[in-house]
Amino acid sequence: MLTDLLGFPPQVLFGQLLLGLINGAFYAVLSLGLAVIFGLLNIVNFAHGALYMLGAFATLGLTQYLGIGYWGALIFAPLIVGAIGVGLERVLLRRLSGIDHLYGLLLTFGLALVIEGTFVKLFGASGIPYPTPEALQGGVNLGFMFLPFYRGWVVVASLAVCVATWYLFERTKIGAYLRAGTENPRLLQAFGVNVPLLTTLAYGYGVALAAFAGVLAAPITQVNPLMGSNLIIVVFAVVVIGGMGSIMGAVVTGLSMGVIEGLTKVFWPEASSTVIFVVMAIVLVLRPAGLFGKPA
Amino acid sequence: MNKFLGYLIVLAISLAAPLFIYPVFLMKLLCFALFASAFNLILGYGGLLSFGHAAFFGGAAYISGHALKVWGLPTELGILVGALSAGVLGLAIGTLAIRRQGIYFAMITLAMAQMAYFVFISSPFTGGENGLQGVPRGMALGMIDLTNDRSMYYFVLAICLAGFLLIARAVHSPFGQVLSAIRDNEDRARSLGYDIERYKLLAFVLSATLAGLAGATKTVVFQLASLTDAHWHMSGEVVLMTLLGGLGTIAGPAVGAGIIVTLQNYLASGPLAAWVPVVLGVIFVACVLSFRRGVVGELREFLRRSF
Repeated sequence: MLTDLLGFPPQVLFGQLLLGLINGAFYAVLSLGLAVIFGLLNIVNFAHGALYMLGAFATLGLTQYLGIGYWGALIFAPLIVGAIGVGLERVLLRRLSGIDHLYGLLLTFGLALVIEGTFVKLFGASGIPYPTPEALQGGVNLGFMFLPFYRGWVVVASLAVCVATWYLFERTKIGAYLRAGTENPRLLQAFGVNVPLLTTLAYGYGVALAAFAGVLAAPITQVNPLMGSNLIIVVFAVVVIGGMGSIMGAVVTGLSMGVIEGLTKVFWPEASSTVIFVVMAIVLVLRPAGLFGKPA
Repeated sequence: MNKFLGYLIVLAISLAAPLFIYPVFLMKLLCFALFASAFNLILGYGGLLSFGHAAFFGGAAYISGHALKVWGLPTELGILVGALSAGVLGLAIGTLAIRRQGIYFAMITLAMAQMAYFVFISSPFTGGENGLQGVPRGMALGMIDLTNDRSMYYFVLAICLAGFLLIARAVHSPFGQVLSAIRDNEDRARSLGYDIERYKLLAFVLSATLAGLAGATKTVVFQLASLTDAHWHMSGEVVLMTLLGGLGTIAGPAVGAGIIVTLQNYLASGPLAAWVPVVLGVIFVACVLSFRRGVVGELREFLRRSF
């Protein structure tokens, strides 16, 4: 057996590290979605947390009313919420193209209030438990810590989605269009690419990513109308730290912030809810453009 | 001359109002009108969207509540301490936030305010979830008993009028003009030799201090400082008030605050009580989509077109 590390039993240390990795995986997937949306729409999607919550509720609804279990929800919930996102983009966000970016933030803030307020009214502010899928119940003792299968799965699945997104953007034709759209939408349109459609798809994809994180979170955090409302602020801080420039930047920043938060819980529990904001402040002083951002 | 007459009418109405309307409601209205006007200084005239003004409003509420209740300071001094501490907090957050522009500025202020919120939750002096209750109103100038709602109203009116005058003065001063120039074209203002970071920071600190003044005054009125004051929903509400009333207009934020506070009061007692956030969200969306000039802005536009 390992002896205590720095005076802390390894069970505690690695347990918190794993929790940190899980939170970090959520930060990564959510900030990745924000970056995709920001790239094409120039909008900071304040409704991201609410849509993440919708993903969890879609999972719950699919199971309760359609008998579709966790594995089906993993595919269908992002599709449903992504479709809602496409609708929102077509009906509301589209009208904001060409005016100050701040209005996009304000509009999506209003949307977040509407969505979260409605769900609080309908389901109350307390959480509804969602069972861990049968295949992932239990865990394995690794000697230095106990690893619940589901938690390991969350980290693996999130990373897989991040890698898939990276592949989509960097190695495929549609990814090339998306990057070109981020760089210069008017020129891209002049080449005959349907940029408005691309923009809609980008929003739908970013939102689907948020919903995917919501499905993963459902068995861990319970399904709660307000599960995304504080999370999104932390994700904003993560985005400021990493910058919205690169996919890998978002993933690396998200995971490392989760780990830092987890470690803080071990060494200085009182500071764990603020540590990411402190890191943000330090980064702003030392490297205002963010760790992976290009200086303006 | 016309303007002067307008001010006189507003003054007369606000002096007579407590005879007809419940003074506590009026005081709430005044505090939020000052809060929104202070916020407008940074968003409407500076073009910087702060999503963290609840930290100043709520922070000053706690500090002045503590100063009055535990230290036993006189009422005026307690409010002043609250406002000044909000200014110091504004200096700290502003120094960080002005290092980035646009949406990043919004995200940074939001994140820093959230950090302040967590500090308030875990600090023993704020009373956590219960809030800081039973803050004494005390005496104004050591002789006017503020436990009387009507005397309290005129005390609050005096504070808020002073705040409005300061804001109006700042906006019309050379400082305000430079601020608007920075909002409209940052590079051009810089090329003219203005140290734009200093202007932005000064505007931010002034805005934070006045938001704190509003928060501290609100604490004295309700004898309570709570987490609601510092929550990010409050930051959102003040954005909505300003936007609804009219960005970059002197009267707009006060009008917006009036509409929102009245609406909240009206809804709170009806069957729609639980739907308040949804209603606010819908107004937000409607404002952004089709009403970006706000009530006062649209009115001004209408008057200009018809005459």
